[in-house]
Amino acid sequence: MSEALTAAAPAHGRAAPTEWGSREMQGRLRRRYAAEQRFRLMGIGAFLVAAGFLVILLVTIVSAGWNSFRSAEVQVPVVLDPVTLGVAPDERDPERLARADFQAAVAESAARAGLPPFVVSDGGWLAVRERLASDPSLLGQTVPMWLTAQSHIDLLAKGAFDLESDESERAVSDLEVETFRALKAEGKLRLVLNRHFLFGADSVDPELAGIWGALKGSFLVLVVTLALSFPVGVFAAIYLEEFAPRNRWTDMVEVSINNLAAVPSIIFGLLGLAVFLNTFNMPRSAPVVGGLTLALMTLPVIVVSARAALKAVPPSIRDAALGVGASPVQVVFHHVLPLAFPGVLTGTIIGLARALGETAPLLMIGMRAFITSVPQGFTDPATVLPVQVFIWSDNVQRGFVEKTSGAIIVLLLFLLLMNSVAIFLRNRLEVRW
Amino acid sequence: MPGWLMLAMVLVVAGAGFWLGQRRAAGFVAELGTRVGVVHSRPNHHGWFVAAAAFVPALVVIIVWAMVGDRVVGAAVEAELPPGTVPEGSLERVAFLADVKGVARGTFAAGFNPATEAAAAIWRAVEGRYSLLAGVAAVALALMGALWALTRLAPDFRARTRVEGLVMAVLILASTVAILTTLGIVISLVFESFRFFQLVPVTEFLFGTQWSPQIAMRADQIGQSGAFGAVPLFWGTIFIGAIIAMIVAVPLGLMTAIYLTQYAAPGFRAVAKPMLEVLAGVPTVVYGFFAALTVAPLVRDLGLWLASWFPLLDPDTVTAQSALAAGLVMGIMIIPFISSMADDALTAVPRAMRDGSLAMGATTSETIARVLVPAALPGIVGGVLLAVSRAIGETMIVVMAAGLAANLTLNPFDSVTTVTVQIVKLLTGDQEFDSPKTLSAFALGLALFLVTLMLNIYALSVVKRYREAYE
Repeated sequence: MSEALTAAAPAHGRAAPTEWGSREMQGRLRRRYAAEQRFRLMGIGAFLVAAGFLVILLVTIVSAGWNSFRSAEVQVPVVLDPVTLGVAPDERDPERLARADFQAAVAESAARAGLPPFVVSDGGWLAVRERLASDPSLLGQTVPMWLTAQSHIDLLAKGAFDLESDESERAVSDLEVETFRALKAEGKLRLVLNRHFLFGADSVDPELAGIWGALKGSFLVLVVTLALSFPVGVFAAIYLEEFAPRNRWTDMVEVSINNLAAVPSIIFGLLGLAVFLNTFNMPRSAPVVGGLTLALMTLPVIVVSARAALKAVPPSIRDAALGVGASPVQVVFHHVLPLAFPGVLTGTIIGLARALGETAPLLMIGMRAFITSVPQGFTDPATVLPVQVFIWSDNVQRGFVEKTSGAIIVLLLFLLLMNSVAIFLRNRLEVRW
Repeated sequence: MPGWLMLAMVLVVAGAGFWLGQRRAAGFVAELGTRVGVVHSRPNHHGWFVAAAAFVPALVVIIVWAMVGDRVVGAAVEAELPPGTVPEGSLERVAFLADVKGVARGTFAAGFNPATEAAAAIWRAVEGRYSLLAGVAAVALALMGALWALTRLAPDFRARTRVEGLVMAVLILASTVAILTTLGIVISLVFESFRFFQLVPVTEFLFGTQWSPQIAMRADQIGQSGAFGAVPLFWGTIFIGAIIAMIVAVPLGLMTAIYLTQYAAPGFRAVAKPMLEVLAGVPTVVYGFFAALTVAPLVRDLGLWLASWFPLLDPDTVTAQSALAAGLVMGIMIIPFISSMADDALTAVPRAMRDGSLAMGATTSETIARVLVPAALPGIVGGVLLAVSRAIGETMIVVMAAGLAANLTLNPFDSVTTVTVQIVKLLTGDQEFDSPKTLSAFALGLALFLVTLMLNIYALSVVKRYREAYE
C-alpha cells in the first residue's frame, strides 16, 4: 500500500504520467511518433507496391509486345517464270494471274538465290501476287522483292535471342543464326511495319498471324451487346427508379439485378451454352451469341449506373414539369432522362469496356476457335480480342509470345480509349446540382 | 425477302403513319384551338399511336417468322424433294437440312451429301416464296393497323393514354429481363446438374476426393462413370482465391485505402485513385498472361531455391503452374477492389469520431487503428467477402497460370486446380453431350453460383446494415 503511494509520488524521482517534460513521457512520445511514421510508411509502401505491379505489368507487356508491330522482310530476286507460275507467257487477265502458283515461284526463286527453306515465310508469296496484280508486265522477268521472313529469322532480326548462349539452350539453330548474319551483312534484311499483324486474321504461322479478325469480332460482339443491353438497361432503370411501386415483385427485380452484377462471368457463359446454343440451336462461335451473352452480363452494370444517374436529377425538375401539366411519362422522357443522359452514357461505356475485356463466357460458347478469316457478319464464326490473346498465349511457338503481348497492347489501348471517353463525358457533360 | 427488308418496310409504314397521324391531329388543334379539354392529346401522341398500331402487330409477325421460318421452309423443301433424298433418322435429317440451308445461303461451299446441291436450289425457291408471303403479311398488317388507327383519331381521342400505356408495358418488360436471366441461370444449371446427379451420386460429388473426369470418355471401362469427387477442386479454389490471394490483397488493399483516405494530399489522391482504377480495369486475361509468362517462372525458381534449403519441401512438387503464382496475381487483381471498398467504409465513419480521438491526443495512426478501422470493420469485412466471391469466380488467371492436377495439398508451390479451370477444360474442345464429363461442368457451375450468391447476399447485407448504422 505504502509502496504504491510512494511510487506515484514525484518526490521519489518518478514523474507523474501527465508530466510532459519528464524523460519517460518524452520517450513514450518518441516511440508513438516513430510508430506513426512506420504506419505512414507502411501505407505509402502498400500503395507503391500496388502501383509498382501496374508499372511492371505494363512494362513487361509493352517491352515484349511492341516488336509485334514490326516484321522482318527478306530481299529475294523473284523469278516470275510463267512456266513455274502455271500461266500463259502473255497472260494479262487479273483473275487468272491471281490464281497462279506463286508458292512454287517463291520456293524456286529462294532456292536459286541460295536461301535455305526456313527463310521465306509460307505467306511470302502474298506480296508477289500483289506486285504482279499491280503490274502484270513484270511476268517473265526477275524482280527483287521484299518478302515476309519466317518467324525465327523475324525474331533474330529483332534481337529476341541471346546469340552468345549455346545452341542447345536457345530455340534457334546455329544454321539459322548463320543465315541471319549473312543476310544482314548483305543488307537483304529489313524491318517494316507488320501488315500481317495489323490487317490479318489468325494463322498457324506466328509471322502471318494478325489481330484484325479478332478486332472485328470484338466490334461485332460489342454492337450486339450495346444494341440489347443499352435500351433494356435504361428502360429497366427508368421503371425501377421512376415508376415501380414498392412491392414484392419490385424487390425481386432489385435483388436479382444486384446479384447478377456479382455473379461470376463464367456462369453467364454456362447460361449462353445451355440456352442459346443447346436449346435455341444458335450457331457456335457467332458474334450474335457472344453479344447476347455479354449483354446479359452488362445489363446489371447499366441498370445500376443509370439508376444512380436518374436519382441524381433533383426532384424539383420533376415537380416543375408535373406542375406545368406534363404527364409522368413526359416528365421522364422530356426532362429527367435528358438531364441524366451523360451519367447513363458513362455507365454504359464502362459496362461495354468490361464486356470488351471479358474472356471466360465467350470460351463457353465456342469462340475459342481457330478462325483464319475475318468475320463478315453477325453469324460468321469469329473470335474476339481477349480470346485471341488466350489462344496465342497457349501456343508453344516462340513467335507467339510477342504476338500475345502485341494483342494485349491493342486491347489495352481500346480500353483506355473507352475509359477516357467515359471520364471526358462525366467531366464535361454531367451537371452537378 | 430478307428480315431486315421486312423490318425496314414496316418501319417506313410506321413512319408514314406517324406523319399522317400528327398532321391530322395538328388539324384538330388548328380548327378547335388549344383550349384545355377540347383536344385531349398532343399531335405527337396521335402520331405515335398510329405508328405503334402499325408497327407492333407487324413486328410480332416478323419475330414469329424469324423463329419458325427455317422450320417451315425445311418442311416444305422436304415435301418437294423426291422421296428418299432426305436421310432417315432425326439427327441426320436435321444435319442434312442445315447443310442445304448453308449451301443455299452461300455460307457453305458445298454440303457432305451430293443431294444438297439440288436441294439448295429448291430451298432458295421455297424460302423466297414463303418469306415473300411473310413480308407481304407483315406490311399488310402494318398498313391495316395504321389505317385503323387513323380512323380512330378524333379531337377527344385519348391517344396519350394509349401511347403511355404502351410505354409503361415496354418499361415493365425491360425490368423483367433481369429476373428472366436469373431464372435462366438457375433453371439451366439445376436442370443439367440434376441429370449429372442421376449418373453420379451427390455425396460422391460433394465428398469424394478423387477427380478424374477423363475416364468417363471411355464407356467400356470399368467404373466408366469416372471419378467425380470435387473436394480437391473446392480446396484448390479456396486455397488460391480465398487464402493466397487474400493474404496478398487484404493488407495491401487496406493499407492503400488508409493511406489514400487519411494521409495523402488531395492532389496525390486525385492521381492515385484513377491509377488504381486502371489496375481494376485491366482484363483478367492480361493478368493471366502476366502470371504465366513472368510470375510463374519466378515463383518456381523461388520454390526450387527454398527446396534446396528446407528438406521439408520436396523439389518434385515445385511446378511452374503453382498455386502461389496464380494466387499472387489474383491478389494483385483484387487489391483495387478491396481498396475501394475499404475507402468507402472508412469515409463513411462519422468525422466526429475521428476528431474526438485526435482531440484526446491520439496520433493519426492510433486513431486509425483503434477508432476508424474498428468502426469501419463491418464495411471492410463485407468488402473482403465480396472480394473472395469475386476471386473464387475468377477464371482466366487460374486457367492460364494454375494447373489441371486435382491435388489436395497445402504446398503453395505445388499445382492445384479450381472449379472454374475445370469448367473451362470440360466445356471447351470436343464435347460429348449428355456424358457425365460435360454435365459435371454444370454441377460445378451450380456449386460456384450458390457459393458466390450466398457470399454476395451475406456481404451486401453486412455492408448495408453498417451503412444504416451511421446514417
